[in-house]
Parts: sequence; C-alpha cells; structure tokens
Amino acid sequence: MVDSLKNHIIFTLLVLGLVLLGAGCTGNENSKDSAKEASSGRAGSQEISLKGSDTVLPLAQAEAEEFMNENPGKSVTVAGGGSGVGITALIDGEVDIATASREMKNEEMENAGVNGIIPVEHAVAYDGISVIVNPQNPVSELTFGQLRGIYNGSITSWKEIGGDNRPIVAISRDSSSGTYEYFKEEVLLGDEFRPDALTQPATGGIMGEISQNPNAIGYIGVAYLDESVKGLNLDGGNGSAAPSPENITSGVYPLSRPLYFYTNGEPSGLTKEFINFVMSEKGQNLISEVGYFPINN
Amino acid sequence: MFSRNSKEKGIESVLFVISTLTVAILFLICLFLFRDGLLLFKETSLLDFLTGKFWYPTSVNEQFGLVPLFLGSLLVTVGAILFSVPLGVASAIYISEIAHPKVADFLKPFIEILAGVPSVVYGFFGLVVLVPLMQETFNLPTGQTALTGSIMLGIMALPTIVTISEDAISSVPGTLRQGSLALGATRWQTIYKVIIPAAISGISAAVMLGVGRAIGETMVVLMVTGNAAIIPSFPGGFLDPVRTMTATIALEMGEVPQGSDHFHALFAVGSVLFIITFLVNLVADSIKKKYRFKVS
Repeated sequence: MVDSLKNHIIFTLLVLGLVLLGAGCTGNENSKDSAKEASSGRAGSQEISLKGSDTVLPLAQAEAEEFMNENPGKSVTVAGGGSGVGITALIDGEVDIATASREMKNEEMENAGVNGIIPVEHAVAYDGISVIVNPQNPVSELTFGQLRGIYNGSITSWKEIGGDNRPIVAISRDSSSGTYEYFKEEVLLGDEFRPDALTQPATGGIMGEISQNPNAIGYIGVAYLDESVKGLNLDGGNGSAAPSPENITSGVYPLSRPLYFYTNGEPSGLTKEFINFVMSEKGQNLISEVGYFPINN
Repeated sequence: MFSRNSKEKGIESVLFVISTLTVAILFLICLFLFRDGLLLFKETSLLDFLTGKFWYPTSVNEQFGLVPLFLGSLLVTVGAILFSVPLGVASAIYISEIAHPKVADFLKPFIEILAGVPSVVYGFFGLVVLVPLMQETFNLPTGQTALTGSIMLGIMALPTIVTISEDAISSVPGTLRQGSLALGATRWQTIYKVIIPAAISGISAAVMLGVGRAIGETMVVLMVTGNAAIIPSFPGGFLDPVRTMTATIALEMGEVPQGSDHFHALFAVGSVLFIITFLVNLVADSIKKKYRFKVS
C-alpha cells in the first residue's frame, strides 16, 4: 500500500517535471527558428523562401507550385502572416522575398538601412476590391465620402445616399484579413469601423448575406464578383469607375492596388529566376487564373 | 509469484500514467492559456479589460473591452437555454413517463443523432434557412442576430438536456410513482408534483451541461450571429447582431501577430471562457452528486 502510493507520487512528479520542461522550452522557439531560416536563405542556393501578405499568398503559392513543377530540385517555400510580417522578415534577413499588398513604409526603409538591407520593389500583379450590394438595391455608385460615412456609422439609411428607405447593414471582414486593413486605410482614413458592422470570417459569408439581404453592403476581392451581387462604381475623387479589369489595371478604379515582391538588392540566382518566372507570360497568366490582374499588358 | 506481482504493478503504473496524462494535458492547456493571457495586463489594467465597453483590437488606440463579448455570449446562451430547456425537459418526460416503450426506443436514438451532427452543418443550416427566415419574420435589417444563434445553439444543446434529464427521471424510484398514483393523483399530477421535484437536481445538472455546451460553441455562432462587437440591449438585443467570446477568438486568432497585445488579449478572453466553463461544469457536477444521494 505504502509502496504503490510511493510509485504514484514518483510518476506524478515525473509527469509534472515534463510539463514544466515543456513550458520552459517554448520561450526560445521563435529565436531558434529565425536563426535557422536566416542561414538557409542565401541567394544562389536551390531553396528560397517567401513570406508576407495574405492577399498575395494564393498568388505566390500558385506561382511557386508551377515553378517547382517546371524546375524539379528547386524549392520555393511560401508563408503568410501579413505584409508587415514579411517586410520585417526581409529586414532581419530571414527570407529572400517579402510579399506585400502595400508599399514599404518610410520607417521600414530606415530599419532596412540600419541592417544593411537594400529593398528593391517588384510590382507583380494588381488586386481590386469591389464594394457590393444586393442586386435589388437601386444604388449603383458611391463616392469615397459616402462609403466612409457608411462604414464609420454616420450614414445609416440608404435614403441618405439616394436609395430606398432601408437601414444600412454594413458588413466587414475580420481583422486578420489584409483586405480589412487596406479598406480601413483607404476608405476609413483612420476612423474606426462602426461597432455594429457585421463581421464575416470569409468572403463566402459576405456574399451569402448580401445576395439575400437588400439592406447589406460589403467589400470583397474583385475576383469573387458574380451575378448574385452588384459591384458598385466608385468615385475616389476623379469620377466614378466600374470595377472592371481595365479600370483596375489602369488605376482608374480607386480601390485597386499593386501587389509587390521585395528583395534585398537586385535579385540574383534562384530569386531572380523565380521573379522572372512570375513576370513571364506564363506566370502572368497564372495570376489571372488565381483571380488577380496581370501587371504586364 | 514475484514476477506476476511486478507485472500487475507494471500494468497498474502504465494505466496510471495514461490517466495522469489526461490531467496533465488539461494542466498544460491552463498553463499556456493563463501564461499568455496574463501578459495582457502588463499593458492594460485588469479593470479596463473586464469593464471596457469597446473591442477595437487593431486600431491605433487599441481597446480590449470584454463587456460586449461577454454580454454577447451571455445573451446567446440565455436564449439557447430558454429555448432548449422547456423543449428538452418536455421530451425527456414524454420519453420516460408517457411514451409507449416502442415509441421511446424509436425516439431516443434520433435525439442522440442530433448530438453527432457536426457544428458546421448546423451553422450552414442556420445561415441558409434560419437567417433569411428571421429577417422576414421580424422584418429586421439582417437575420444574423443573437436569437438566430440562440435557436441553433438550443437545438444543439437538446440532446445533452434530453438524455441527462431522461436518465434522472427514469431513476426516480418506482415506489414514489406508485405511491402517488395509489393516493389518487392523476398521471399529470404525479409527473409535475412528484417525478419532476424528485428528479430536479438531475434536470438542473442537465441544464448546466447544456449551458456549458452552448457557451463554448464557436462555429455556429460565428456563422449566424453577425459578430458585431456591440453591447446588446436586453431583451431587444436578441434581434440585433452580437459577437461572442468564442467567435472573437476564432475570427481574430488566425493572423494576429504572435506576442502582440492583441494576441495576449485573445488569450485573456480564452482564459475567461475557460474559467466560465470550468465553473459551470463544477456546479453541474456538484448538483449531480447531491441528486445521487437524494435518490438512493
């Protein structure tokens, strides 16, 4: 009896010890990982890594897969995390290419300089964001001012902007979406989203609600537009423009943005090969397939 | 003799380690949850977190107020209970007291199947069927409301409530039932004056476990409640969108920068959720124990 009790105590202590050991180890994980990445990410090797924007992620993933298909033995790894995360990784020398759905900020440039990194920008594709409503909604164009009013809560009825006398149900993406950040910067100009805006975890949720709710308004990647919803013409101050591929690539449509790859210095070796592939006709066709717009016309 | 003995000991120890492992996993979850959750309070005070009225995790002046999320969870859960308890207890009474044994045998497995439906399927059903229905019925700006979530969660909590209440009602000793009938009470009088009071602690435990199920459910509320982080009014808030604690974690955990305040805030929300479900289960357990004494 005493013996078995002793055994139990020993086992419990052992398990507890393991638990504490596990907890103690986790703190260091990040720094070890980044050291490993830094050592593997050298130009000229048969392996490069990309990190950054989630908007660019599906595009980069598709390009990388096709590139690896054509060049067996060469490896391109792609990770998301957000534009800021990717750029930070480039500045720290952890990745070969940072992907970004925005230009590098001045302070990021300064940080790069301090670390001896010279970021070079490569615009690889265009992305457009479409503001959508139910097809029954008579409103077919909005100015940026009106859109901002709708999303910060100062406009609450469709009547105020030439529609029916219905309440506006504004739908937003969750805060982890790159589109959310972009929309907030471009349209809200620093205002908060109205707190009663519905938040949907995915584009599908936004489409679903808007296609059956005449009160709703939302924003999605242009690639997702279909006939179940109506994409509005937008006026960013230079006249109203429809979210068409031509308007997006020419920059007339106000909610369009280039997507970037950033490299340290002019690319060389495998990095150069990969970027050339993305810019090739085949690579640019792939971009249209994924739902973005080619930058070479 | 010796080897047999030590073999027994060995098996016993292995089983002991395996069962301890389950506890260790729980312990680990606690540890990680609270460790990261507590880091929030380096930047924000505990009071600000618990009483803050705004959840603006990504703005320049970030605000992590738990109140809208907590009340969102509370509202949806209360609604779910109001919906599922009468339905669940009534079904349990019918199955164990009134229904013909053959009918009961037919009904029970179907109720249990409800528990096996994946929550995303409930969510999809809610989104496609219930959301448009709610919007039309109540003439609302949107059908994604707390009530929609409550109804869906209520349906999901039903199997738990029915099964456990049914067990409680069935284990009321037959002598009580016969005594009541012998005294001239009708069947209905027997049910609500004798059986239900005798089984009340088991039924309460069922309700508490139903609450636990509802408050922790994520996918369904994420899909049908609209996820607007506003403080709901009562009872009008049932027809407004709400955001629950679970939905917030699911929505935002995906891309939150590791180690940021926002990251820690989500862990803090998770810790609160953990504490709540832990307490609910504890209460359910103690009620259940009490009821065991009463019957035997």
